[in-house]
Amino acid sequence: MTISGCSSSEASSAAAGGITPKQFADGVHAVMMADRTVYATHVVTNLKKQEAPVTADEYWQDTENAIPLPAQMFRMGAELVDENPEAGFTYALRSKWPLNEQHQAKTDFEKQALDFISDNPGENFYGEEDLGGKKYFVAVYPDRAVAEACWSCHNDHPNRGEDYPDFAKDDVMGGVLVRVPM
Amino acid sequence: MLKAIISKLRSSPNGLKWIACLGINLAIGSYYSAALVAPASSIKSAWLPGKTTHGHYQIELDCDACHSASNSKEGPTSSDVMQDACIRCHGDQLKDVDTHPAKKFNDPTNAELLATLDAQNCLSCHAEHVPHQTLAMGLTMPADYCWHCHQDVGDSRPSHQGMAFDSCATAGCHNYHDNSALYEKFLDDHFGQPDQLDVAVTPSRNTLASLSGDQLPRKGWSKPAIGLDDADFPETTESNPQLLRDWAETAHAAAGVNCSGCHVTQSEAAQNDDSASWSDSVAMETCGQCHDKQVDTFLDGKHGMRLAAGLTPMTPDQARLPMNHDAAHRELDCNACHNDHRFDTQFAATDACLQCHNDDHSLAHVQSPHGQLWRDEVLHKGEQGTGVSCATCHMPRLEGDDGIWVNHDQNANLRPNEKMAREVCLNCHGLEYSLSALADEELIRNGFAGEPSERNKSVEMAHQWFLERAKKRRPRP
Repeated sequence: MTISGCSSSEASSAAAGGITPKQFADGVHAVMMADRTVYATHVVTNLKKQEAPVTADEYWQDTENAIPLPAQMFRMGAELVDENPEAGFTYALRSKWPLNEQHQAKTDFEKQALDFISDNPGENFYGEEDLGGKKYFVAVYPDRAVAEACWSCHNDHPNRGEDYPDFAKDDVMGGVLVRVPM
Repeated sequence: MLKAIISKLRSSPNGLKWIACLGINLAIGSYYSAALVAPASSIKSAWLPGKTTHGHYQIELDCDACHSASNSKEGPTSSDVMQDACIRCHGDQLKDVDTHPAKKFNDPTNAELLATLDAQNCLSCHAEHVPHQTLAMGLTMPADYCWHCHQDVGDSRPSHQGMAFDSCATAGCHNYHDNSALYEKFLDDHFGQPDQLDVAVTPSRNTLASLSGDQLPRKGWSKPAIGLDDADFPETTESNPQLLRDWAETAHAAAGVNCSGCHVTQSEAAQNDDSASWSDSVAMETCGQCHDKQVDTFLDGKHGMRLAAGLTPMTPDQARLPMNHDAAHRELDCNACHNDHRFDTQFAATDACLQCHNDDHSLAHVQSPHGQLWRDEVLHKGEQGTGVSCATCHMPRLEGDDGIWVNHDQNANLRPNEKMAREVCLNCHGLEYSLSALADEELIRNGFAGEPSERNKSVEMAHQWFLERAKKRRPRP
């Protein structure tokens, strides 16, 4: 595996059918974040405030009156994209402090990206990565605590490790990773 | 030229031997060539590269059932041709429950794991025609396969430390494809349940609500009940008073389904002129006009898989399980269990099975506690839903969008049998007891007469894990 990570990439300026991989990644990321923010803010937080009988629950499939957590909704969307051969990209949630083991950094590139977006608030991380003999353009965006439901659930979660930080509004809790094959 | 060769051979000292040798070789070649292109039949066994698994041997002589051409744009390969066939028959069954679906491995970061074990290809774990290396569930790779991707479990779950690498996918623990009966929240939710539940009944069916099919006016089924005088069989057909009485007493007559509803079919040739013909036998497709879920699931199971593949119906003499000799040539279709005009579901639930099945588990049922409960229900000594027939466990009543219906794929919850815990056993038993009993070979053999020799630890382990997690939870302000 080779790594070439930086805050801006040559790949981002290479036109690919009229749109650069960076523009593509930024675009799909904008849509993802908009959808999840609306879900977290106007659905999940609203339910909590109303003390509604319906709750967002980690075990929503086997719990009555339960809907998926925002992170689970995000992951299920990523899995649907994964099984769509026309999608042409993949995306995922990653974190240095994952509550779900599946969301920890899988490669050195991902570790480097998570460190970068934690150390450089407000910046994205762009780069290229070789995986399984294929080259990918990878964009990693800071995933922030946008709704009270996000950080309160994370801070209170029993899966949190000893070194788990106390998150507050706008803190970077992880990264959203968009991978485009080149 | 051929004549010249033959006459030369005749004139040579060993000519007759040469001719005989050529003839034998030609006959052998013709036999194998014919076998290659022949429709599914015993002649094809000459080309079987090895014995197939218990799941596929019924259709093994229909090579095309698995080896048909792929739809892949890149052209078929020996592996993806098979993959197509696997998904064609098993894709729906894995939908929504598969813990390791192919899409999970599309994430490019899984490339390294896929290099270790290509989990996107069914044949990586389930090769056919290799009986010498086939384990339970058609697994044809070493049983420590879980470890190769999940080595870190020993660290993250102290409760799992010291367990053998090949023990993950054992009864009551994990199931590669469908962990729904064993995942930790489900286990914890059922912690502390007694072996026998206070209320022990199976779900109650609603036949009308569970009907489906293209001929059924879904919500508007309002045909008035009909009786003997309304029977519309043609005058030219000899009537059988017993059959007529049976029909008149059953749900079909009560729901206004007349003789013509099942016996009159439009042949393809007659479709254009609206003529129709009477048939004494009733095709399965006709039943499916109103009972399509039942027919579809029947075709998914071992009883109907030959019909689904376009072969002749299965007969008990083709089974690997012990069967009654006098039932050897019975053909399995709807009427095999729902016989004649009574379509008696009580008969179909146990007696029909025992017409053919002759193995220890089946034979033990009658004298088992389950069988006694079933007898009590049939004799109206026990309440409805308290009896346990063969169908109670192997054709469970499931809750669907249209009410409770009977799954006719008798194999659906036996792959593996832990799946029965969720769909069947929990109607009457606690989860820990159910998993323990399902893991006990002797109990299975004797029809669950007695107690499990060992108790399963999964429920307790999951409960402890949730307790430990709860301790870590910060107190809310």
